Amino acid sequence: MPQAPTETPLRDGAGNASNGNNGNRAGGRSLASLWRGLHGFGPVLGLVLLCIAGTLLNSEFATLDNALNVLTRTAFIGIIAVGMCFVIISGGIDLSVGSMAALIAGCVILAMNALGAKSGWPPAAVVAAGMGLALLLGAVFGLAHGLLITRGRIEPFIVTLGTLGIFRAYLTYFADGGAITLDNTLADAYSPVYYASVLGVPVPVWVFAAVAASGGLLLNRTAFGRYVQAIGSNEQVARYAAVNVDRIKVWTYVLLGVCVGIATLLYVPRLGSASPTTGLLWELEAIAAVIVGGTALRGGAGSVAGTVVGAVLLSVISNILNLTNIISVYLNAAVQGFVIIVVAFTQRRKP
Amino acid sequence: MAITNALSFHRIAKSFGPVQVLHGISFGLEPGRVYGLLGENGAGKSTLMKIAAGYEQPSEGELRLNDKAVRFGNSREAENHGIVLIHQEFNLAEDLTIAQNIFLGHEIRRGLWLDDAAMREQAAALLREVGLAASPDARVRSLIVAEKQLVEIAKALARRFKLLILDEPTATLTPSEAERLFALMKRLKADGATLIYISHKLDEVERIADEVIVMRDGRFVAREATAKLSRQQMARLMVGRELADLYPPRAPAPDSSQAPLLKVQGLTVPGWAQDIAFELRAGEVLGFAGLVGAGRTELFEGLLGLRPQQGGSVQIEGRPVRLRSPREAADHGITYLSEDRKGKGLHVQFGLMENLTLMDLARYARPWLRRSDERAALQAAITDYGIRTGSLDVRAAALSGGNQQKLAFAKVLQPRPRVVVLDEPTRGVDIGAKRELYLLIQRLAAQGCGVIVISSELVELIGLCHRVAVMRAGRLRAVLNADQLSEEALIAHATGTH
Repeated sequence: MPQAPTETPLRDGAGNASNGNNGNRAGGRSLASLWRGLHGFGPVLGLVLLCIAGTLLNSEFATLDNALNVLTRTAFIGIIAVGMCFVIISGGIDLSVGSMAALIAGCVILAMNALGAKSGWPPAAVVAAGMGLALLLGAVFGLAHGLLITRGRIEPFIVTLGTLGIFRAYLTYFADGGAITLDNTLADAYSPVYYASVLGVPVPVWVFAAVAASGGLLLNRTAFGRYVQAIGSNEQVARYAAVNVDRIKVWTYVLLGVCVGIATLLYVPRLGSASPTTGLLWELEAIAAVIVGGTALRGGAGSVAGTVVGAVLLSVISNILNLTNIISVYLNAAVQGFVIIVVAFTQRRKP
Repeated sequence: MAITNALSFHRIAKSFGPVQVLHGISFGLEPGRVYGLLGENGAGKSTLMKIAAGYEQPSEGELRLNDKAVRFGNSREAENHGIVLIHQEFNLAEDLTIAQNIFLGHEIRRGLWLDDAAMREQAAALLREVGLAASPDARVRSLIVAEKQLVEIAKALARRFKLLILDEPTATLTPSEAERLFALMKRLKADGATLIYISHKLDEVERIADEVIVMRDGRFVAREATAKLSRQQMARLMVGRELADLYPPRAPAPDSSQAPLLKVQGLTVPGWAQDIAFELRAGEVLGFAGLVGAGRTELFEGLLGLRPQQGGSVQIEGRPVRLRSPREAADHGITYLSEDRKGKGLHVQFGLMENLTLMDLARYARPWLRRSDERAALQAAITDYGIRTGSLDVRAAALSGGNQQKLAFAKVLQPRPRVVVLDEPTRGVDIGAKRELYLLIQRLAAQGCGVIVISSELVELIGLCHRVAVMRAGRLRAVLNADQLSEEALIAHATGTH
């Protein structure tokens, strides 16, 4: 684990030297504590500034409709990012989530079409079965990742780089290069899952909120969450402290797979089809949301709340670009890229 | 470039922010002598030496070489003046070869290209000089600690040092390896080099140093010819008060008729330990002596399921158990304190509480973690184990070495083990903290816990243990009872010269 020199003070006088450091901090207390405060709230601050800018630039920005629209669009990436947050904090990475979502979407649509045509079940039951299948497939894919990484002892980057290609290729194969489309009756039965609102708030936003809340609880208030952080901070120490490192790691990938399943089951009714471009680059958006939210890519520390803010922040950027014409919409990805770099710059560890 | 070794400190002071760690230190060093620099953790020894070697700059005062004031902006400038500091934690690139490490930053070139042949050849000569029988092409990662230290010295030799500072060089060496180091130091001294030797081990300082310089609380306390000081006097100068006997009275030895708490038979850890058998009784402190590489750490890592094990049987209170992971071991009441505190013992970036409760987290999860209970446990541990910290909310990295070690102790004792394996429990901690740790060990034994202590400090094993097992080359060679314990006997068994 890399350590900043401030944390490995003069070995002779660890107490001595850390006194010295405290002294430094005490010296510039107001500035330092302000900086530390900003450190934690950087993403929130950025989001607030963006919202102020959006409001000034376009009167439509600060409307409830627009806010719900942004949140609904954030839901897919946001839900995946919550799962990704666990994987990254534990010191792993998953590059395959976009392809995984596409393949799950394709499989679920094919299965529902087949079931709808042959079983004679009511459409609602078929849809429910399809949603269950999405979760199951996500869990199975995550389990496969986890086992390859822990039992197979392959780097997570390599495993998921491999499945990134595999998942999308199978979808393309199943779709015969085109699109897999959900039958009309089923699409009608399924559409409320994306388009309906409860108490004025769209379903995907509710689900996003529920996933985020559970993720926060899991990370901060359970032994599992503590173990995830311990493994990412220093895997050896965790192993020596009797933490079942492999099992916890596998669970983080299963968790992420389930999150991808949830995101996909919300996504399918939106277009009612899956194609080779479904979920393209979602992995990068999800990782970006986690990093913008203040989680360290090397693992060990991070937060679900930050991840949620990061995901919302990234989609607010594209929303503002859509509503205004100061910067071309085509530069959306560029603006997001700059934001990621700026955030990383403000959060870099002191040399 | 004047190369000299008559270095002197003139009213050196150093502050980190408002905290002053060195106060007006003045003394001079003469060529061709070995100086023992003594002081407790936090006395400022390392800071002063870092100033001498250019890693830190003094806030006030000056360094003089041959009565000329010098200022080193970085360690390279000090090296150019022949002053080299070898850190306690080595500065070696593990994945590079020995030759590449020796010439790191000072590569020999032929035009644009590196002259590997010349570097290899010179490295081989330097390795012969320090007495390391290894190929210059060997990767540093493949070396044991003692060999890495010799590579550091070879690296210093390549810089043609005139003044070499060794910070706790023997902390991780076995007695015979330390002997080799001392022989090398004598040769270097005979060649006219000045050596400064920082150590907690007074017996070694007594043997190797011509003069002793004592620091306390950032101040120069005394300087005396080694021959004129007894160890007790040195300790008193360091601590500034009388030290009671370092080793507390042993808990009474358990009755030998009592059934063993832990019984290991025929345990093999492939590549490290063969066919090991021993017994441990409740309330007993069993030592494990041996040279580095004898397989002591690996034996217990194997026992705990941290390494693959082969055959053999393990019984706890007469019941056979299989320990395939540290989790299973902890569930059966065996925990292990690693010798590598920062790498395997503590999450230094984590808070004290998160470190303390990690091995026993299930107790606080119902299913949500009860932070208030965890905090109460930390409060209790701070009192029980004498952990000194300004606040409960600091990271483990903010504690001094001795207090980190007490926290690591508390951590492995949280699951209330029946057997605890302590690997080098007092490495790198000062005398005061050592004594507190020894008291803890005796208290554990008195409470009926079986304690295994692996240590390279023979005096420590003799002072603590009821029995000491000696390992050599992966096999258990002897088990000595308290009345048979002496440094000579332990060394004889450890080196096979019995």
